[in-house]
Formats: sequence, structure tokens, C-alpha cells
Amino acid sequence: MRRQVAVIDYGMGNLHSVAKALEHADPAVEVVVTADPVAIRAAERVVLPGVGAIRDCLGEMARLDLIGVITEVATEKPFLGVCVGMQALLTESEENGGTAALGLIPGRVRRFPENLRNSDSRQILKVPHMGWNQVEQLHPHPLWEGIAQQSRFYFVHSYYVQPEIETDSAAVTTHGLRFTAAISNGNLFAVQFHPEKSQEVGLRLYQNFIRWDGSHP
Amino acid sequence: MGRGPGSNSVGVAKRIIPCLDVDNGRVVKGVQFVDIRDAGDPVEVARRYDEQGADEITFLDITASSDNRETMVHVVEQVAGEVFIPLTVGGGIRKVEDIRRMLNAGADKVGINTAAVFNPEFVREAADRFGSQCIVVAIDAKQVSGEGEPLRWEIFTHGGRRPTGLDAVAWAEKMVAYGAGEILLTSMDRDGTKQGFDLPLTRAISDAVSVPVIASGGVGELKHLAEGVLEGHAEAVLAASIFHFGTYTIAEAKSEMAAAGIEMRL
Repeated sequence: MRRQVAVIDYGMGNLHSVAKALEHADPAVEVVVTADPVAIRAAERVVLPGVGAIRDCLGEMARLDLIGVITEVATEKPFLGVCVGMQALLTESEENGGTAALGLIPGRVRRFPENLRNSDSRQILKVPHMGWNQVEQLHPHPLWEGIAQQSRFYFVHSYYVQPEIETDSAAVTTHGLRFTAAISNGNLFAVQFHPEKSQEVGLRLYQNFIRWDGSHP
Repeated sequence: MGRGPGSNSVGVAKRIIPCLDVDNGRVVKGVQFVDIRDAGDPVEVARRYDEQGADEITFLDITASSDNRETMVHVVEQVAGEVFIPLTVGGGIRKVEDIRRMLNAGADKVGINTAAVFNPEFVREAADRFGSQCIVVAIDAKQVSGEGEPLRWEIFTHGGRRPTGLDAVAWAEKMVAYGAGEILLTSMDRDGTKQGFDLPLTRAISDAVSVPVIASGGVGELKHLAEGVLEGHAEAVLAASIFHFGTYTIAEAKSEMAAAGIEMRL
């Protein structure tokens, strides 16, 4: 049987791009885009993508009865959350007037404040934080293999995650403030940026994920 | 986390976005690369720009007949399967269903232009449904103030031929309030002139709105791109002909902008 990656399809995300990038990163892997809990449980590893508003994302996960299986696989097999698929893993979000999330990683999702500036500039920073920004890896991890420190990845978001436990943070990026750009906890990894839109470094991260056994570094 | 904010990183890079006009699934308006097999093939042209370091790619669907719109969906699918940088599709986006199809095909953002002017609620509906991050409102503006008067620009439709009476700055603010996540600003006075962006216009809009502004219209030399950022306060610059004709590569444009002190992804 070919090694399978399940991309969870709950109608909220650029699934085509994520699936294509995974296939491109490792042509030997079989990518299954699915909302079927049986298929998700059967896969060797799982990607949770997501774009748009977090309440809609969580609402669709609940409607499709996916919360249980997501919680289960996120603690059992190599698991990668992307963008809102990362934010959904936290305890709660400020978005949509306060939204309870999955609670797999203790912490909050916060909005970038207004009148945000970098220390070296007078110009007010734009929100959404949109474009290629540097990612500072905080500790070695199999998913950073072959990716240079401070590589630029593509971001597009107005909210950022703030994990309570400092060691859950795997990388930081600066946009007026230093925020967590990646989370690492056991078999779970999650990124705020879009690897599927980050050219070679993004494809390398997907390739690393496909080869990762899910163990602690 | 140890060091203070912004101690070594200078933040998000300014973006260079080549724009391709696509008619019935073919790139038009003369892409002239040497050693390209098929200069009309959107996949091949996009791949080339990706290799040169383009930060995003924008496709403008200029297909006249709505019967042929489906062709654009296939173009996006093919490009998104091979080029892993953000893709924006504009032209003919009038309904929620148009947006859904483009996003499902692999587009990251859609550009809404005329439809926003005739039905601003469409922008609100689109942003509610798909999120502001994928809604780019395209604004075509033209100076209407006379000599000696305070500068003023208005929104024009139909390729700059039809005035709407809408003030460009106020319109941009309204579109952001309705949920636009980005503004693609084209000066109809400068478009095609190669004289550089309308910098006062770009700056007026960039300083008025909280979301990123892409400057467009008038790029003829590389220094124009840097001006768009440094003097126009744009987050991104869009150009077509200087890249298509091979006058400059994206890589050359990036080095020039970096040399001007602009943060770029090199």
C-alpha cells in the first residue's frame, strides 16, 4: 500500500494547492483529500488546512462531525496544521467576538493591534500581514531539515497565535511584534504561513513532514 | 523570548507581482522571452516568472465572451499545480460562485473591479464568505483636479473611459470597511505611459487604508518600482510590459529595489 497523507476537507481552504504541493514534494506519496473520518484515521499522516474566518472553520468541522477525529489524530500521528488550521488548535480566538477552539494547544489567537510599527520604521504596518517574512527557528526539528534559519515564507493573516507554554513555540516572525509562526508539540506541528505558497522552502517543509516519524526532536 | 521586538529581523518583504493578460486561456500582450517554447502558455510563463523570483503572479482574464470563462478555471488549475507562489485572478469576477470556482481551482485571491463599483455589497458578501485575505479590490483612478487645485482622483470604469463621480480615496476606505483585504490601485493616467506610477495618488491611498496597496500603471524603468514603495508607500508593485518584453528580469528588479534600501525576498 502506498503511504497516505490525508488532507482534511471541511470546505474551508485552498485544498487543491495543499494537495498539489504535497504531491510535488514527494511524488511517491498518495494524497487523499477527504472529510471521511475512516479515511482520516487510516492515513499515515494528516494535514489540517484552513483559510477564512475561524468560526466558520470550526463550525464546518463540527457540522461534518470532524472534531473527534481531528482531536484523535492530532495526538496520535504526524499532524500538520496550516494557517487557520493552526489557529483552530488553540484554546480560543479573539476573532468573531471570541470563539472557543479545539484546545489541543493551550493559548489564545489574537488580532494584530492597530498602529503597529517595527522599531526601525515610522511607517504603520499593514494588517493583514501579507507577504514573505523571515521565520526564526527556535530549536532544531525534523521539519526544519534543510531549511535555512530566517528563510522567508508566505504569510497572509490578521490574527496570530500566542501559546501559553513557551516550548510549544517552534519559530517566531516579526511584524511589529514577535509572534509564534510555528508550533511544535510531540507528533503535532503547525505553521501560520502557507508552505504550499512558499516556493522551494515550503515544498521542503512538506517533504520533511512526509518523511517525519512524528517523534519528539 | 530573549531579544526585544524587531531586534534583527526587518519584517515582511515588499513584493513584485508580474501581471499576465489572458484571453481564452492564452497569454496575450506579447510576452517575449528568449528561449521560451510557447510564450502564450500561461503555465510556462508563470513558471518562468516563478524561477526569476516573482513574489506572486496576477492573471487578468480579458476574455470577452462569458462562454469562455471556464477556460480560465483550467488555466488556474494547471498553474497552481506547478507554481507554488500566490496566484491572484482578476477580470470577470461578478458573483460569489465566480470566486468559489477560482479559489477551488487554486487561486489564492480574486480581484473585484467593476462589480464592486456597481454593487459594493458584493465585496462585503465575498469577504464574509471567503475571508478578507482573498478579496482584492481593484481600483482604476484618474486625476480630476485641475491645475492649481488640491489633488483629487476619481474612480473610472470601462478601461478609464467612464467616470463614476466616486472619490478614489474615499472609495478605497469604503472598500476596506466592506472587507477588502488588499487594494490593487491602477492610475489610468499613467497606465501604458512608462512614466512611472502616479506617486501622489499611490501615497494618498496607501496612507489612508490599513490594508496593503499594490501600485500599478506606468512602470517603464526599474527605478519606478522603488519609487512606488519609497514615495508611494505601496506594499507591492505590479508591472507587465517591462518584464514581458524581457527588458528586465524580476531578479534585476529585486536587486535594484534592495539596493535602494527596500526589504526584498532575494
